[in-house]
Amino acid sequence: MLTLTSVEASYGRVKALRGVSLHVEAGEIVTLIGANGAGKSTILKTISGLVHAEAGSIKFDGQEISGWSAGRIVSAGLCQVPEGRQLFGTLSTRDNLLLGAYPRRSRTSKAAIAADLEEQFERFPLLSERSQQQAASLSGGEQQMLALARGLMSGPRMLLLDEPSLGLAPKIVRQFFQTVVSLRDEGLTVLLVEQNARAALQIADRGYVLETGRIVLEGTAQELLENPEVQRAYLGRGYKEVWE
Amino acid sequence: MTWEQQVLQYLLSGITTGSTYALIALGFSLVYNATGVINFAQGEFVMLGGMITAVLLKSWGLSLPLAAGIAIVATTLVGLALDRAAIRPARNASIVTLVIITVGASIFMRGLAGIIWGPNEHAVPAFSGEQAITVGGAFITPQSLWVLGATVVVALAMWAVFEYTLVGKAMRACAINPVAARLCGIDLSRMVSWSFALAAGSGAIAGIVLAPLTMTQYNVGTMLGLKGFCAAMLGGLGNGLGAIAGGFLLGVLEALGAGLISSSYKDAIAFVVLLAVLVLKPSGLLGGSEGRSG
Repeated sequence: MLTLTSVEASYGRVKALRGVSLHVEAGEIVTLIGANGAGKSTILKTISGLVHAEAGSIKFDGQEISGWSAGRIVSAGLCQVPEGRQLFGTLSTRDNLLLGAYPRRSRTSKAAIAADLEEQFERFPLLSERSQQQAASLSGGEQQMLALARGLMSGPRMLLLDEPSLGLAPKIVRQFFQTVVSLRDEGLTVLLVEQNARAALQIADRGYVLETGRIVLEGTAQELLENPEVQRAYLGRGYKEVWE
Repeated sequence: MTWEQQVLQYLLSGITTGSTYALIALGFSLVYNATGVINFAQGEFVMLGGMITAVLLKSWGLSLPLAAGIAIVATTLVGLALDRAAIRPARNASIVTLVIITVGASIFMRGLAGIIWGPNEHAVPAFSGEQAITVGGAFITPQSLWVLGATVVVALAMWAVFEYTLVGKAMRACAINPVAARLCGIDLSRMVSWSFALAAGSGAIAGIVLAPLTMTQYNVGTMLGLKGFCAAMLGGLGNGLGAIAGGFLLGVLEALGAGLISSSYKDAIAFVVLLAVLVLKPSGLLGGSEGRSG
């Protein structure tokens, strides 16, 4: 469904991606793990059109999307839920959701968008209770739900999730990841970027490990969970065996 | 006139000028919210509104509603053209560069207006006569009521746009979080165009209703623009309600200062107020925009 081939990108003179290739098949949850600064978020930003891909190709459903505007990419059904929620803090929960549907305002009737809004309120009843509250006044977990629900309002076929567990309590993280699994079961494809590698690999089908802008390892989630290198570097397991 | 009547008279005239400052300040806030830029050509939109109306009335013999309508549309188009021709090509430049571009555009527009329409003052007749109305012993001209009414209508219309329409909310979203707005598929440059159009249109309206009170000239935009800027800073740059409050407050302070101290200090008062705000509370009385700080 999504295929990156030798994608390169940089911030100024700093090379952030050095030839990244990966693919996500329809109906999969694929996770990208790696340390801070490895380029995980940059990959998502490049896919979404926020960062310019200097080389390589990005294909979504067989169409080359590198060079497209961010708006066109969302409209095509590829939606990013950005790191740190990035809500419209002084707008209400409801308005945040309605703006999520902005890219399809011209091809979708108001009634259909209102129906989707109701659907999100059913999926996240807490958001329904807070529909008139300013987004900034929501708790961290609620804000992450709102960010996800806003993304879903664009009617995506594939979601890019950037560090959704950041700053959330473990219980909230579990709930959130369960929601991601049920969305996949409903037919969505997910590319998940996480520092919480264990939680991510537990729900993912496959994973990629990123180091300094390069994919250094890939495999099924099970393989990665059992890989000693991954365990040592990202799962915090086996310190004793290695260091003592 | 008793002393109380005199103060009331100052207050009334202060509210009248203040409401034009409020309209101009709204224009500053609109563009600031969308771009982070202080558009120093805002005063020229006010000048264009008044001048185009005056010329269409006198030289073309058009009726007032038609002339005013054309002036608003034409000024809005100038606002859009400013965005397309000067701001958009330089959108990756720093904010300071963009501000200087608007200063340049302002000088250019003023110069061109001087060449086309000459250096003389142009008059626009009052919309509904000169017969003053007495309010508690003070006088208010019908034109002052037009100015007030126009401000109220424009302010309410903008409030409705930003509170109730998707485009209005999208414009706010761009100011609050431009990256998230892009991820929501909101076209930032289109929102910037909208803000320039609204700022130019409301500026033109201010210029049209003000023209019968003060006469109009190719260079009235400079001082009016600065006063509107002071009002916007006073209320909190980027805050719509603040712009309106700042406008009225500045107008009243000016009128009281001119009346009770000396009319030669009228213009100085605005800038003393601006300096005081910048030193004491740079975010303005009501705080800055919802998106940008200060």
